Amino acid sequence: MTLTDYLVPALLYVGVFFYAAGSLGLLRFQDAELRLHALTKADNVGLGFVALAAALHWGSVAAAVKIAAVWLFALMAAGATAQLMARRAKTSAERGSDE
Amino acid sequence: MTLAFDMILCLMIVGTAAAALLMRNALAAIVFFIVLGNLLGLAWLAMDAVNVAMAEIAIGAGVTGVLLILTRQRLMALGDDLVSAEMPGWLRTGALVACAGFAALIGSAVLSVAPADDLGGSIAALMPGLGIENPVTGVLLAFRAYDTLLEAFVLLGALVAVWSLAPRGAWPQRPAALALAENGGHGVAAAFGRLLLPLALVMAAYLVWAGSDLPGGAFQAGTVLAGGLIIAAIGGAVSWPRADDRYLRVALVLGPAVFLIIGLAGIAQGRFLFYPPGFEKALIVAIEYSLALSIGVTLALQVAGPPVAPDHEG
Amino acid sequence: MTVLLHLYPLTGVALVGLGFYGFLILRHPLRQILAVNVVGAGIFLVLGGLGRGAASTDPFPQALVITGIVVAVALTAFGAALILRVAEDERAPDDKAAAKTTDDHT
Repeated sequence: MTLTDYLVPALLYVGVFFYAAGSLGLLRFQDAELRLHALTKADNVGLGFVALAAALHWGSVAAAVKIAAVWLFALMAAGATAQLMARRAKTSAERGSDE
Repeated sequence: MTLAFDMILCLMIVGTAAAALLMRNALAAIVFFIVLGNLLGLAWLAMDAVNVAMAEIAIGAGVTGVLLILTRQRLMALGDDLVSAEMPGWLRTGALVACAGFAALIGSAVLSVAPADDLGGSIAALMPGLGIENPVTGVLLAFRAYDTLLEAFVLLGALVAVWSLAPRGAWPQRPAALALAENGGHGVAAAFGRLLLPLALVMAAYLVWAGSDLPGGAFQAGTVLAGGLIIAAIGGAVSWPRADDRYLRVALVLGPAVFLIIGLAGIAQGRFLFYPPGFEKALIVAIEYSLALSIGVTLALQVAGPPVAPDHEG
Repeated sequence: MTVLLHLYPLTGVALVGLGFYGFLILRHPLRQILAVNVVGAGIFLVLGGLGRGAASTDPFPQALVITGIVVAVALTAFGAALILRVAEDERAPDDKAAAKTTDDHT
């Protein structure tokens, strides 16, 4: 289908744009929590678009389900990690140390 | 993969390696090492070696990264702040020249060998006899099964070596607890660990089964299991077993033992590690599942470290 | 150009050179372990990269590299445990109180 041929690269570009936005936020924001917020949200949305592009490219339902599972695992891991890092950043800011 | 992608990837690999080695901050160096592992995984994908890519990212970047970060944390708790003494300038330039010359020597040797898929054809010709379609699994578990058997024992031996470093009074206790302190992180990490461990078990079981025909296999599956165990331990959902725990020892020994027993049984039919015709796939899958369990538990315990005396505070 | 066919093996050679340089320059044992791992990664790239044919990649070096990666992590774990044990033994026993106050679980 020619629609897929246009849709897959377009979705990939959108995904890469979100990743680039997240990395830009990581470099430019001053606060640890701000950086986390840019990184986790933008990167996971980007991953969602890339996963959608991959699922469309392969077309089979089994592959799409597995790719969706990969996206869910990445989401869970990013969420848990961001929570832990944010709590750590808060307690170390309260204590006045830097690590 | 296009040439531009390959060249940019190789530049990033060399740059990340240089950063991992030469950064002053040890934590930054370790993080760059993890990034290097991920980029190397991409390089293996570009070379069409999917099994190696999975192994590199899971083991080379994942387990090694966790190991290095944990070791750095324990060293800093002991007061060691991981700075290297500065070497005199002439020594640094001398080392640079020597290593550049060495690299040029190896480079010219590498350039004299033409990259070619020498054995792919002959391996593909032998694969139908095994009933599996992943040639790397075929090489690991059938054509070079002896190497994999020895590797399983090396892995176990390395764990015994780590255990042998337990201080007096610490044997056979549990390794130091990895659980996070109660600064609010305990709940999140524990919940994540409890959620992840059953999922890791399912993923590992799937990876072993899929590894017969698709990329995957015992080593990748074992590493996923080890990752689930380590994260569960960090959250406090699981605590390390004592070193003399009976179930632990069974799990550690199961993989190498099953492999060895099947190998010795092959002697009755001809030679060591001979698989009777018609039973190859069954035996290979049995060996792979036992190996995956043992590899997972062994890697997790290697990251945990040697046993510590019960009143030690990690 | 033949050099482009050798792109990944030559990257591996660069990693080997960098790793050895790092091993010689850095004096802290943990960073030397890191350097040795970089050397290992370079050797794996050379092994695997030289098996890359026109349409397929040789599965034999792939199996060797997987074995090598696993053995490398096992020995890195042993090396790290050795470094920790030496560091613990170098602390005098009455430093344990100081170690406990700086003990900062992440």
